[in-house]
Amino acid sequence: MGMTIGEKILARASGKALVKPGEIITAKVDLCMSNDGTTHLNIDIFENQLKAEKVFDPRKVVFIVDHNVPSESAKTAEVHKKMRIFAQKHNIPFYEGTGVCHQIMIEDFIVPGQLIIAADSHTCSYGGLGAFGTGVGCTDFTSVMNTGEIWLMVPETLKFEIEGSFKSGVYARDLILKIIGDIGANGANYKIMEFGGSAMKNFTIDDRVVLCNMAVEAGAKSGLVEPDEIAIEYVTSRGRQDMHIFKSDDDAVYEKTYQYNLDELEPMVARPHCVDDVVGVTQLGEVKIDQGFIGSCNNGRIEELRAAAQILKGKKINPYVKLLISPASKTVYLQALAEGLIDIFVECGGMVLNPNCSVCWGSCQGVIGEGETLISTGTRNFKGRAGHPNSSVYLASAATVAASALTGKITDPRGRI
Amino acid sequence: MKEILKGRVWKLGDDIDTDIIIPTQFLALKTVEDMKRYAFYPLRPKLPELINPGDIIVAGKNFGCGSSREQAPEILAALKVGCIIAKSYARIFYRNAFNNGLLLLENDELYDCCNEGDQVSVSLENNRVLLGKKSFRVASIPNDLLQMVEAGGLVPFMRKRNGK
Repeated sequence: MGMTIGEKILARASGKALVKPGEIITAKVDLCMSNDGTTHLNIDIFENQLKAEKVFDPRKVVFIVDHNVPSESAKTAEVHKKMRIFAQKHNIPFYEGTGVCHQIMIEDFIVPGQLIIAADSHTCSYGGLGAFGTGVGCTDFTSVMNTGEIWLMVPETLKFEIEGSFKSGVYARDLILKIIGDIGANGANYKIMEFGGSAMKNFTIDDRVVLCNMAVEAGAKSGLVEPDEIAIEYVTSRGRQDMHIFKSDDDAVYEKTYQYNLDELEPMVARPHCVDDVVGVTQLGEVKIDQGFIGSCNNGRIEELRAAAQILKGKKINPYVKLLISPASKTVYLQALAEGLIDIFVECGGMVLNPNCSVCWGSCQGVIGEGETLISTGTRNFKGRAGHPNSSVYLASAATVAASALTGKITDPRGRI
Repeated sequence: MKEILKGRVWKLGDDIDTDIIIPTQFLALKTVEDMKRYAFYPLRPKLPELINPGDIIVAGKNFGCGSSREQAPEILAALKVGCIIAKSYARIFYRNAFNNGLLLLENDELYDCCNEGDQVSVSLENNRVLLGKKSFRVASIPNDLLQMVEAGGLVPFMRKRNGK
């Protein structure tokens, strides 16, 4: 019996020739990462409760400040200070204000075949490069930071076979919203979502990350795409050579296989307050918006910014709507500057923010008020996620957000490109 | 671990996410004691005052979905919730709950049979939940996990084991 790519990565990490779903393994971790959402708690457990002295390997622990940056209160400034001091003391890589943690990890650390544990639910993003990432809470994280190991159950794998090609105005973002709408917010609970099929060779790394990043919104432990020349080129061009290229065997066992044809896909929107309440933009009816947001670990990369800029170029946004744009990293920001995209955003009336989690997590920037409606490229639309408990969040692609900012209501981007 | 848990039922629905359990804007509060007053704030802001130690939360599917914020199970443990009985849980929350000494049990039918305010009792020895004369089966929890819950979570459990 063959193995899926996810099973192969877990087999390697646990020093076994073969693993099977349901088996509990103790795995060695290639990297672990924590951000300012919870690192203060990790440090407290590490120093005061475990009374640990050393991290397992300073080259394999990364701290990133991205959730409340720049800090909006003395409390969050204190959290950042605690992280900075710990990172200096233990000589571990530390980033502050250079981007959303997952984008930095993808740009600077991830290679195919790794196992990465991080104290953030969207750690599944790294499947875009063929690496197994999964999120944990701060207690599990602290234990990993100290020992370099974690127990994991080998999950079942669901296969998503993608065929066809995207029509103009339709993106990977629409595909993952469609899939979550179909299988539900717990449709992949505890499982791996493996994305493949003949269309995958046309998916850029940005597209693949968009799919894997939101696997957790269907409950998945991880999302994965088999690494190919595109993934290898991405990491080698950034100076990283050591990697393990795993592919699923022909006789690998999947719990279930789903088929999707991109030719039939239209722009999708997730309605408040659940990520799986998804409809095509044409079925939505009229929804007025107060704010648009383009950014986040799901959808703030260069390709999404290009798609938005294409629609916004030379236009003005609705005067009663705010449009906030936060490039996912410093690298993305500089690229957008070089391509003139930032000029387009500022000239159309948008506000360009520093790279960070921003509106997506509703704490330090662009919080919305009572009764207000946000359309966002963020990861979640939970009740109160972006501010007041009685506010609404719709999720859509960067193109749909851009088109909606022009009209003041949720708008089909097709025909505006 | 006490073998019988008895408590009053608080009923919550499907997909109770971690932003509902503890919204983002309260995460930077210094202590869990400060935070626990805001449990379920977007959904039922008065609930933390009403929950008595030992009360039992009964919920639908996918309880704890969303972010990995460990403050979510931590504040429920701080409110001294006796246990949660849901149709299913999101996986990150599941690990975090046991790591913070919060017992989670799974049952598909109880939710549709009970009302808020009902008294239920859970027998960990027999893996059953009693509601009046009705009895519901829950999967057994391994003894070492129960010991971890009893110790208050993974860290106190490890300290006890390591004699620190």
